[in-house]
Amino acid sequence: MATLVQLGGGKKDAALAALRATLRRLEGPGRAAAGVTPTGFGAIDRALPDGGLARGALHEIVSESADRSAASGFAIRLLVGLAVEGPVLWCLADPELYGPGLQRLGLAPDRLILARTRKDADLLWAMEEGLKTPGLAAVLGEPHKLDLTASRRLQLAAERVGGLGLVLRPADGNKATAAVTRWRVASAPSVAPVPGVETPRDFGLMRGRWRVGLERCRGTAPSDEQGYGAWLVEENDAARAVAVATELGDRSGASTPAVRQAG
Amino acid sequence: MHRRQRSGKPAKEAPPLVTVADIAGRRVLAAVDPAAALVGLTPGMSLADARARLPELRLVDADPGGDAKALAEFADWCGRFSPWTSVDGTDGIWLDVTGCVPLVDSEEALARDLVARAARLGFTARAAVADTAGAAWAVARYAGLPSSSVRILASGEARAALAPLPVAGLRLPAEIVQDLKRLGLKRIGDLYGMARAPLAPRFGELVARRLDQALGLLEEPISPRQPVVPRLVRRILAEPISTPEAIEHGLIQLMALLCRQLEEEGLGARRLEFACFRVDARVERTAIGTSRPSHEPAHLGRLLTEKICQIAPGFGIELLQLRALDVEPLAARQLGLDAKETDGTVAPLVDRLANRLGARNVLRLVPENSHLPERAARAVSVLDGRHDAKHRQDWPASRPRPIRLLTYPDPIEVMAPVPDDPPLMFRWRRVPHRVRRAEGPERIALEWWREPEAGTDGIRDYYRVEDEAGRRFWLYRRGLYRPETPPAWFLHGFFA
Repeated sequence: MATLVQLGGGKKDAALAALRATLRRLEGPGRAAAGVTPTGFGAIDRALPDGGLARGALHEIVSESADRSAASGFAIRLLVGLAVEGPVLWCLADPELYGPGLQRLGLAPDRLILARTRKDADLLWAMEEGLKTPGLAAVLGEPHKLDLTASRRLQLAAERVGGLGLVLRPADGNKATAAVTRWRVASAPSVAPVPGVETPRDFGLMRGRWRVGLERCRGTAPSDEQGYGAWLVEENDAARAVAVATELGDRSGASTPAVRQAG
Repeated sequence: MHRRQRSGKPAKEAPPLVTVADIAGRRVLAAVDPAAALVGLTPGMSLADARARLPELRLVDADPGGDAKALAEFADWCGRFSPWTSVDGTDGIWLDVTGCVPLVDSEEALARDLVARAARLGFTARAAVADTAGAAWAVARYAGLPSSSVRILASGEARAALAPLPVAGLRLPAEIVQDLKRLGLKRIGDLYGMARAPLAPRFGELVARRLDQALGLLEEPISPRQPVVPRLVRRILAEPISTPEAIEHGLIQLMALLCRQLEEEGLGARRLEFACFRVDARVERTAIGTSRPSHEPAHLGRLLTEKICQIAPGFGIELLQLRALDVEPLAARQLGLDAKETDGTVAPLVDRLANRLGARNVLRLVPENSHLPERAARAVSVLDGRHDAKHRQDWPASRPRPIRLLTYPDPIEVMAPVPDDPPLMFRWRRVPHRVRRAEGPERIALEWWREPEAGTDGIRDYYRVEDEAGRRFWLYRRGLYRPETPPAWFLHGFFA
């Protein structure tokens, strides 16, 4: 299929977007059909092609081992923000996930199917089976390692059915995988609500924060040499699943939902 | 006995073989082979007598356990002739062939096939087919049949055929047989004319009952080795097969048959068993379970084909059999997941996961009514129907809770300035964390009806703390503060 695009004039942006969409359609059979879902974080959506997280694709979230729960927390926030219906398959070695905590983050634990696996081979098999199944909101997996072959299988399964795959794995160098995006997540110290005023230790916990970086994103060019963007995501309200993202460096306006335009 | 011979040399060249058992301190012959029987050795004879007659006798220790196991395996495998098989004593097998004959030419063909197959496996067998189990038993054991031969009693012929046989053919205990002989009642026919009334006080009602059973005046069910399941399909193969592809092909055909049968009845299978009858008298069985009753050939077939690699075909498989062990009306159960319209695709996924990973490794979270954090949520198998959605309570979300909780809280070293204060620093797995912010305590007490561990008071003071990197932990101090004992601290969970 060929698309004729008229370049020039004020329609240049629209034409470029159309061209990009055509290219992505050529990249894989399932991807364009599955479309994208906005993550709910305005600043992050603006950095992603088509303004959202691609469905029918595999995404990976890497973190230091100490930040594992931060990474799973961010993954859950993403899922909640995507607002997709259906059960969630979560493949992991130890089912330490705690229902009341998930409920508080906004993910109903009743939606979860946990697959406990001892070996990575079983875990990746379970993920692939999940991605081949229509009707799941997402498939999450926590393998120890993910190589190019395994990730390609998962990506193909996701493309075919249009499912959403999320791999949470420890950061181990910059190994290439077939995932469409790679995020790096770490905890970030919370800050006082009034900038510049240090609060005493026993003042209580402030809003929790994540430092989120988009390291890889197929289909677009990096916005600068550091990557595709880095954000601070802050919980808006501890009891509700609402969070806002601010571009990193903009610490002053941490609690305001209005976010500067990203590039 | 015959099991031993199978692995040994042919009986013609070797001296007679007997098995020997210890009975009440005496060495006694337990079984003899045909060569030994020719020279007059019989089971029950003492070893010393037998040696005196035949010094070159070969001896093997009797192995009743092994014999019973071999017989049970053989009986199991006889399921290829009829699904109703059962072991009889230490050396016999019952087969109920009622209705099985249309599958073969005649009863005689079936019996001959059975005896020939047994001979190929090294068993010397005699077979009798009769109207009643009792008559078949008497003829097979007491009619003096030559080895590896069969006798078919036509319908109604039992009375005449049994008359000349000894009374032992009525399956009576040895002492009753002796008593009957003493009265001159040696043949079964001698009992025909007797009035029942005088027999009963002397021998109990057993003699009369056995006689009636043998003559078909009294019903006698055979207790089957496998519970009788009518939902069973089987396929006899023209040639033994051994490749996974061939087994899969046969399985798919059987599955289609069974599923059609289930569909007509409006039922779905919860448990299926696939049995492969091998030419060497072994049966390979694999079973699968499903989370919801199903009669989808594609889904059930896929679950079983994933297990075909576990089937050892040996020298070949000559009969395939598929049974629904558990059936339920369709749609009687809901998976209990938040998936009303996607149940159709998610249930097969759950079944596949459970079949490969094990049902206890495919879990969902259910809330429990407990104050203790580790008891407030539980991971249960998805296939466990006791936690269906309708019985379930809501998840508590009023207080901050970690997203990952350690099943067993980890002890930590803590620096806390004041007894009731959150810690300034703690060390977990040798990594120090400086606490930058903290919130608490939240006191959680053990339910009053539970016995607290010694010295713990049954309470915990929980703190949420954040370290310098922004990581958030859930810590607790066990018990009330006591100046004389250092407080015990634990790390219990991680916040997002």
